[in-house]
Amino acid sequence: MLELVEIGRREDFYNTLRALLVQRVEDLALFDQAFRAFWRAPRGERTQVDLRALGEERKFGKPKVERESLRAEPALTGREGLPASETVEVRTYSAHESLRRKDFAKLSEEELQQARKLVEQLRWAPGFRRSRRWRAGIGRRPDLRRTLRAALRSHGETLAIPTRGRKLVSRPIVLLCDISGSMERYARMLLQFVHSISEGFHKVEAFVFATRLTRITLQLRKSRMDRALSVASLVPDWSGGTRIGDALRTFHLDWARRTLVGGPVVLLISDGWDRGDPQTLRREMARLQRSCHRLIWLNPLLGSPEYEPLTRACRRRCLMWTTFCRSTT
Amino acid sequence: MSMQSIEELQAALAQQRYVADRGLATSLYLALKLGRPLLLEGEAGVGKTEVAKALAAALETELIRLQCYEGLDVAHAVYEWNYPRQLLEIRLMEAEGRVDREAAAHELFRPEFLIRRPLLQAIEHEGRPPVLLIDELDRADEEFEGYLLEMLSEFQITVPELGTIRAAAPPVVVLTSNRTRELHDALKRRCLFHWIDYPDHAKELAILQARAPEAPRRLAEQVAAFVQELRKVDLYKKTGISESLDWIAALVALDRQELDAETVDETLGLVLKNQEDVEAIRGERARGILNRALAGGVRSAG
Repeated sequence: MLELVEIGRREDFYNTLRALLVQRVEDLALFDQAFRAFWRAPRGERTQVDLRALGEERKFGKPKVERESLRAEPALTGREGLPASETVEVRTYSAHESLRRKDFAKLSEEELQQARKLVEQLRWAPGFRRSRRWRAGIGRRPDLRRTLRAALRSHGETLAIPTRGRKLVSRPIVLLCDISGSMERYARMLLQFVHSISEGFHKVEAFVFATRLTRITLQLRKSRMDRALSVASLVPDWSGGTRIGDALRTFHLDWARRTLVGGPVVLLISDGWDRGDPQTLRREMARLQRSCHRLIWLNPLLGSPEYEPLTRACRRRCLMWTTFCRSTT
Repeated sequence: MSMQSIEELQAALAQQRYVADRGLATSLYLALKLGRPLLLEGEAGVGKTEVAKALAAALETELIRLQCYEGLDVAHAVYEWNYPRQLLEIRLMEAEGRVDREAAAHELFRPEFLIRRPLLQAIEHEGRPPVLLIDELDRADEEFEGYLLEMLSEFQITVPELGTIRAAAPPVVVLTSNRTRELHDALKRRCLFHWIDYPDHAKELAILQARAPEAPRRLAEQVAAFVQELRKVDLYKKTGISESLDWIAALVALDRQELDAETVDETLGLVLKNQEDVEAIRGERARGILNRALAGGVRSAG
């Protein structure tokens, strides 16, 4: 195919190869890198990262070229104005601590194992949506195609009018999971929950956030939970402070258009301890609610009957509240 | 009209007032030469659909467009039998007492009862191969993608009652996607791929001048610079080229020679299509962006 373009011109050669070899926009950067590596001026130590070496690695495992950085897809790359992750002391809000007796935080190792098993078995159906696709035999609209076929069989007489209707499809799920300091005790259990949900459905998008947002959909596709849990190591701000509003804003800017399609159910898992700007939070929550079919806020603190949503973030809106702890402990 | 080189194609597109950079022209040229579909991805409003229109005009051929939507099926993309007419026909035949099952099937499934949808039109097209634009494929569902895959590899369509219809000359296929979802790998493998990015200042200016030649050069420069600056801001919906074209058309209609803060505030709704974005930018921030844009213009002019 290369005879069609002038091979002597590097730009055309580059464009040609790119059109033929690259299929995803995410791979463009990788391609550019390989291309540069190939055309790099020869130097003494050329065997260090030359293309053959890349090829070898490909044979035995995934290519390593800067790919690691893409894997966890930090949604904030290059975005200004948001602070980097910050370390905060882990606050347990001990005033509430004694009230939450049946808490993950207080479970023994054995109980934790049990809880984990329970969570693994947890299944949840987010409901259905009428798709635009037709299906024969349901609904009430006349199915002319089959009417005609039937008429042909009965010598032109229309004896019955078969019907068709819109097919039902399962709604996609989008998970936004808080993994900040105050949620740390729950975070692993939550990830387990997220993982078991994503196994049951094929359309699950998952994100975790503390001060920044990280997409973990691809990690969750791994079948083994312990490996999926290794996402923790890829997430830059595991157990940092929370800025729910900023995280949601990033979600809207970078991911919403690609993930909020097809009337999704959005699950926001957070205890509502927010250190960010309440204005931003309110605006972004309103936007999130407008752009999905249903927004569900799962709050682990609700497991204790004495807990009341007194933080400013929690009080801001009246959403559908669902308990998480109660169902698992 | 057949293109002999990338330059020729680029020039032919420029004649249609479409500014294609070398990368895009190369991809299009290869798609033509190899007879492979070209998948164009990019944000909304960067001119993906326009490529197909300009290409059809440059090749002096017909453009056949299939707009995708959720639930798009064979009946709306490929063909459908005209059932009401067939049912009428069968009643007539019955009244005349000539309904013999074999003969009736033959009579009822004649080509004149067939409603041809875009894909079949493209395959049956006579003369110069048409440009087939399959627009916003990401809106269609995966079932349809599967069907498309088959059609794009063989360029033939089977209507059970009529047999297989093969394209005399395969159409030039351009697919576009806004990436609201990832397309299937198998489909991507069949296609050449090109990502259309937001244009840089020079390209944006060239586009504005090509598409809005009546606008004063100074205004075009300012609009291009402003939009470039605006794209650096975090917005829910970034400004595409189509918006900057709408904007400059509006500015020309308002008889503006230059951008000023007041005009920007008044016409911001043409540039930003999201109420939150408009609110966030209008006023102080718009002024800042305008100042930066104008300062940049002075620098490049000097």
